[in-house]
Amino acid sequence: MTVRQEDLYINKIDWITILIYASLVILGWFNIYAAVYDGEAAKSIFDFSINSGKQLVWIGTAVLLITLIMVADHRLFENLSLVLYGIFLFFLLITPFFGKEINGQRAWFEIGAFRLQPAEFAKFATALALAKFMERPTFDLGQGKYQLQALAIIFIPVALIMLQPDTGTAMVYSAFFVMLYREGMPQRYYIFGLSFITISLLALGIENNIYIVLGVVVLVLALIWLGKKKWSRIIGFSVLGLLVIGYTYSLDYVVSKLPEHQQNRIMVLFNPDLDPLGVGWNVTQSKIAIGSGGLMGKGYLEGTQTKFDFVPEQHTDFIFCTLGEEFGWLGSFVVIFLFCALLIRLVFLAERQKNRFSRVYGYGVISILFFHFMINIAMTIGLFPVVGIPLPFISYGGSSLWSFTILLFIFIKLDSHRIQLLGRMS
Amino acid sequence: MNDQRPIVIVVAIALVGVVLLTKLFLIQVADDSFLKRAERNAIQRVVDHPYRGLVYDRTGKIMVYNNPIFDLMVIPKEFSVGDTARFCELFQISKEQLIEGYNAAKKYSTVKPSPLIKQISTTDFARIQDYLIDYPGLFVMTRAVRSYPQPAASNALGYIGEISARQLERDSLNYYRQGDYVGLSGVEGYYEPELRGLKGVKYKMVNVRGVDKGAFKSGEYDTASIAGHNLTSTIHLELQEYGEMLMSGKRGSVVAIEPKTGEILAMISAPTYDPNLLTGAKFGENYLVLNRDESKPLFNRPIMAMYPPGSIFKVVQSLIGLQMGVLTPNTTYSCNRSLVACHNHPNPVNLFGAVKYSCNPYYHQAYRAMINREVSRNTFKDTEVGLDAWREYVLKFGLGGPLGIDLYNEKGGSIPASQYYDRIYGSGRWKYSTIYSLSIGQGEMMVTPLQMANLAAVFANKGYYYTPHLVKAVNGDPNKIPLKYRTKNDVGVDAHHFDLIQDAMAEAIYGTAARAAIKDIAIAGKTGTAQNPQGEDHSVFIAFAPKEDPQIAIAVYVENAGWGGRAAASTASLMIEKYLRGNITRPALQDYVLAGNFIY
Repeated sequence: MTVRQEDLYINKIDWITILIYASLVILGWFNIYAAVYDGEAAKSIFDFSINSGKQLVWIGTAVLLITLIMVADHRLFENLSLVLYGIFLFFLLITPFFGKEINGQRAWFEIGAFRLQPAEFAKFATALALAKFMERPTFDLGQGKYQLQALAIIFIPVALIMLQPDTGTAMVYSAFFVMLYREGMPQRYYIFGLSFITISLLALGIENNIYIVLGVVVLVLALIWLGKKKWSRIIGFSVLGLLVIGYTYSLDYVVSKLPEHQQNRIMVLFNPDLDPLGVGWNVTQSKIAIGSGGLMGKGYLEGTQTKFDFVPEQHTDFIFCTLGEEFGWLGSFVVIFLFCALLIRLVFLAERQKNRFSRVYGYGVISILFFHFMINIAMTIGLFPVVGIPLPFISYGGSSLWSFTILLFIFIKLDSHRIQLLGRMS
Repeated sequence: MNDQRPIVIVVAIALVGVVLLTKLFLIQVADDSFLKRAERNAIQRVVDHPYRGLVYDRTGKIMVYNNPIFDLMVIPKEFSVGDTARFCELFQISKEQLIEGYNAAKKYSTVKPSPLIKQISTTDFARIQDYLIDYPGLFVMTRAVRSYPQPAASNALGYIGEISARQLERDSLNYYRQGDYVGLSGVEGYYEPELRGLKGVKYKMVNVRGVDKGAFKSGEYDTASIAGHNLTSTIHLELQEYGEMLMSGKRGSVVAIEPKTGEILAMISAPTYDPNLLTGAKFGENYLVLNRDESKPLFNRPIMAMYPPGSIFKVVQSLIGLQMGVLTPNTTYSCNRSLVACHNHPNPVNLFGAVKYSCNPYYHQAYRAMINREVSRNTFKDTEVGLDAWREYVLKFGLGGPLGIDLYNEKGGSIPASQYYDRIYGSGRWKYSTIYSLSIGQGEMMVTPLQMANLAAVFANKGYYYTPHLVKAVNGDPNKIPLKYRTKNDVGVDAHHFDLIQDAMAEAIYGTAARAAIKDIAIAGKTGTAQNPQGEDHSVFIAFAPKEDPQIAIAVYVENAGWGGRAAASTASLMIEKYLRGNITRPALQDYVLAGNFIY
């Protein structure tokens, strides 16, 4: 009987996800070596004095974490979810006071030679807490009360992270809107939100606001003209139009009040050639590295931009440059394909869950990975402002590899027990 | 209710993937500008400048060579001075110089080399060479500057300098880069393609801080430089130097040609300058001084100065007359001074006498016979036709246009055609009396000293010449010089007509240019005086020797030295003796020439 249950459990593990995970981690490891490779003083990829050697340690310990997660009781995560959430909120709370200051941020704890970033781990804790809350049979995202509860769970860690301040990591939490969408958050919020983002981008991207004003006026007139000519509609659209115009103008003011480095990052996005040696350096060099890769790439360890340190932060947030330069478009294609395959596979897994806790958590995983994948690559090719967030499984770093591994494998664990977790579906 | 939402999420994921891949395709595959920018970032093209070809004189003496000069370079980051006092002593600089140089270098870059001590001489370099090893971050960079062991023939050899913007524009093969040195004048300029060699290139990689990271692709695309070709000049360096010495303190030209080959033995432009002035670091400064000099040392007189040929042109007139059949050796005219002034000599004269005594009225009448052939009853028309027909003969002597020497900016002089007079007087409104000055080499005609020397060669050769040139072999191969210098030019006058002329010129020496006579060497020569409205006339003399087997043909111009028999004939005579004998037997004549100072 015990043997049969073991069999059942192993057989239920989704090996496709694990295979993609392993591919990305190994790919990342090779790329980290390439990013720190110095042709003149070449060290072995296993050398612990360089980052590829260190990453091997992180990978080894990640395997240990996976083992722990897989042998743990599957109910443990649900039971501990709120406790974990609490613990990491506490860590986040004390980080600004006890963390080590690096680049003006206090985001890291230093324990001996190791550094840990609590904000990374708070992601999966928040995902677990959200799953726990939303598991309740009465929980309905159609109702304002529950909407506020969900947002509160998301917003508390965000507020604490902003104290460090680490805008990039804080932004990641907005990814939970993907999960909330799946779980029934009203669609109008998303329509409104996307319109808002579109208008913001247009307002920032188009130098002269008069074009936006003209566009809005034309659009409002068209809407009025095409629909029923009732006073309420006419007034409604007109007010909306005026709001948009007002927002457009106020945005310039708001941007001017942002800290300078954030302002610059936004400006560089719309005008990449602005100050290529200063603010635009990262994006310019990143695009040069990736763009020079061509179709097939320059070959492993042959990337000149990579080897000669033209792109800052190349082993961490800008790891995609190494890949783009040395493996070209085909290499980029493989990585993007793997990520899309992983995410879509996870959607499939999430949808097959029989209980809501697992499904909500699964979508939490999807949300976070999706956001990181999209924003990280978009920023390296100049489609998004530079925000310091890593590319999951590929970027160098213990905290990020561990946190993404824990995040993913808790879900794989839950998924493998989906039969046992029957019955509490709302 | 939420059934479609997972599908929306899947579509969104796929869409993001497609958008990212599209953007990546655009910058990686569709746009190659990033590749170029990456290369600009990381790959440095280091040009390996070739060794410029050397120039030898006709006897194998070196005229132009490359002198290595050394710059002591420092890489501040690697450099450690240790004991400052010892360093300053070893490298012979003051502490202030060291600090100043080091700070300047550091300001430029801490990892890229910059010069600490510039232009160290070969001897100083030998001294410090051994100590260099004690100082990391110090090394010596070698450059070459043109150098001239004998400061001679500067205008013929020319100089090199940084390429101009206009030359860069014209460089259709895209060989040159800003800052490259090219031959700007003289032989250096004309033979630039032969002398320059081929640049090599090394591709090296640098990191973001400009630190050298080794050869790109193990030097697969690197090429070695190929040294330029050496040139053998036609110049006889000793003769050239001697001529420059004779011409010192004077203004004028001397051109000596080997008649059989057209090789220029000496080409002196006075006043001249030391070619070493226009090399190396002081080029700009010295060039300005020379360029502003009132005596115009940079003006290459032998090919750029133009004068009326004067009496010497009577020899050409005689030959054309003979060839046309207008004159015979027995044609006699009276010395009718009412036509044109003359000096005292036996009267009347035949052709021989006319050449020997340089009789002006003779040529006035002979020329009329050449021009007015009565092809038309209209005397105006007749003159017009006659002038143009006559001019065709003259042009064949290498007059009226550039000869095509291997130097740029050669002037051609002028031999007027009928259109020239038409422009001044109107068509059909001028006749022989308008143009008679041409008969004695005056009036509207101009020649350069080089053309005059070439005339002497034509007389020596009895009717042909090789275009005068300054280079006789490229890398020792005489067949590599341009074909035009190996092609005989016939002047269209039968050889036997020259016998009388040569004899008359040989005798003329004892009449008008007694000083030119050399014992045991038969010289044929002719004096001339180029009229100078601004002052004293220019002294002109052409000659060739030995008469029976001419080895040297020469033209000498001494400006403002008056009648040609004096300064010019003496100089030519000394040059001929120097060339044929190797030494001077008449020190008094040499002193006479050296003492002459005609610059005022």
